Amino acid sequence: MTNFPPGTFAPAPGQGRLSRMLLTQARTEFVLTLRNGEQVLLTLLIPLGMLVGLTMLNVVPVPSPRVNNITPRILALAVMSTAFTGQAIALGFDRRYGVLKRLAATALPRWSLVVGRMLAVLGVVLVRLVVLGAVALLLGWHPEPAGVAPAALLILAGTAAFGALGVLLGGTLRAEVVLAVANTVWLVLVVAGGIVLSVHALPGPFAAIVTALPSGALAEGLNTTLVTSVTPWDTLGVLLAWAAGAAVLAARTLRLS
Amino acid sequence: MTPPAPSAAVEVRGLIRSFGAVRAVDGLDLRIQPATVLALLGPNGAGKTTTVEVCEGFQRPDAGVVRVLGLDPIADGAALRPRIGVMPQGGGAYPGVRAAEMLGLVAVCAARPLDVGWLLDVLGLTGVARVPYKRLSGGQQQRLALACALVGRPEVVFLDEPTAGMDPQARRLVWDIIRGLCADGVSVLFTTHLMEEAEALADQVVIIDHGRVVARGSPAELTSAGTERQLRFGARPGLELGPLCTALPEGCRASEPRPGGYLVEGLIDPQVMATVTAWCAQQGVFAEDLRVSRRSLEDVFLELTGRELRP
Repeated sequence: MTNFPPGTFAPAPGQGRLSRMLLTQARTEFVLTLRNGEQVLLTLLIPLGMLVGLTMLNVVPVPSPRVNNITPRILALAVMSTAFTGQAIALGFDRRYGVLKRLAATALPRWSLVVGRMLAVLGVVLVRLVVLGAVALLLGWHPEPAGVAPAALLILAGTAAFGALGVLLGGTLRAEVVLAVANTVWLVLVVAGGIVLSVHALPGPFAAIVTALPSGALAEGLNTTLVTSVTPWDTLGVLLAWAAGAAVLAARTLRLS
Repeated sequence: MTPPAPSAAVEVRGLIRSFGAVRAVDGLDLRIQPATVLALLGPNGAGKTTTVEVCEGFQRPDAGVVRVLGLDPIADGAALRPRIGVMPQGGGAYPGVRAAEMLGLVAVCAARPLDVGWLLDVLGLTGVARVPYKRLSGGQQQRLALACALVGRPEVVFLDEPTAGMDPQARRLVWDIIRGLCADGVSVLFTTHLMEEAEALADQVVIIDHGRVVARGSPAELTSAGTERQLRFGARPGLELGPLCTALPEGCRASEPRPGGYLVEGLIDPQVMATVTAWCAQQGVFAEDLRVSRRSLEDVFLELTGRELRP
């Protein structure tokens, strides 16, 4: 009847170790993101080009020394590109390819589908920040030492906010629509969302709106902290509010396929 | 309702599942005994995938009772999922993931998984173990999806069109695996469009259409049911059929549709066979190419679900 020796497929079900499942999932998604050419372009090469370009060329009015004022904004850009744009697009296509359903059919708990993703995103953000930070140091960047720890907190909160927004977008719409929306939002926020241009350079009511956006909050927060070592804690509050709101919505709207 | 008997691997009673105004599944009953194979047949849109996804806990039934290993697929999902193996239609993997990475990830989710290298080898995927999923052929993606369904050593396996897009060699391999699963005590529910596949593998065939069961039984029962069986033989043309018609039991008819080709229609049992051969002896002829044709499962299927194309 069958060429397989008896007992080959004898049932022996059971759930794998939770920590191992979660870390394997996060590691897989981390490695996949680092390997993906479009992701590298979006989340590393473009920020890197902007870091070098905006530091060397006087195209945007920036206080001197330029590198000190530009680097924090580029770090914010890397966080946004990785946690929001790149992650949303990846999630959209992962859903298209049925991977969420595939994983949801295993013993992996449902919450770890998202938690594993966020761990992977955090890992990628760290890699990007290390590379960008190293290049900035070569360009002469001197961050205020007292601002580094608060900056790390802001980056964590920013990753959470953009990550949750990315899940909200990538977890509900069709892959092509996610791609279009995520890239458009990225472009709008880079230009007018407080990333490249300081909110102080924007007209009054517009500045107030941008300050309340996660892009504006993260860029301003990092900039103020790393340049003056005075931490604007209200920007941390803005990021945490976005993170909480988007996470609650995303948990309700996430679709497996 | 009375609780279902815990002995069944899968028990579905009165399942209803609608999408808007469309009832995808409309009062479906299924029961799979442990270590048996059930084939769910039906045209496109008949409700096969919906039924399987309800059993897997991906869709919530609007009405009815669904139990897999005695558990509710949604309420007891966390307890059930480690015990079942699922092959979704069209597979499921990260577009850029390598075949071995994907199987390794699913294997980590199980306590005592099958050896990943061995399973890749059995399914002929060793050569493409480092190839990204989106670059695998359709058949290779299907084989990887099957590997993912089996790697956790489940008690019940749900395979949604497991051989779609596979070449004949791969299909035979999948058949061999399904037989191996069954021999080792695993219960299998699979959907298919291939009658040959259902006939070759299933202990029980359930044909559904418009969300309802239109026929069920073993392949032998389904193909022998009804009175459409025919006995054909060849002999000298123009034989006198009158005595044969008189001798045949009620409901059997004899005719000569073409010269020298004879046909007896009705319920062909050993008695009918003896009557026919006795008549041949009386006529002094030797019946050539004597054969009783059974309906194929495909005939049954087309008869029950119609011949028009489905969207």
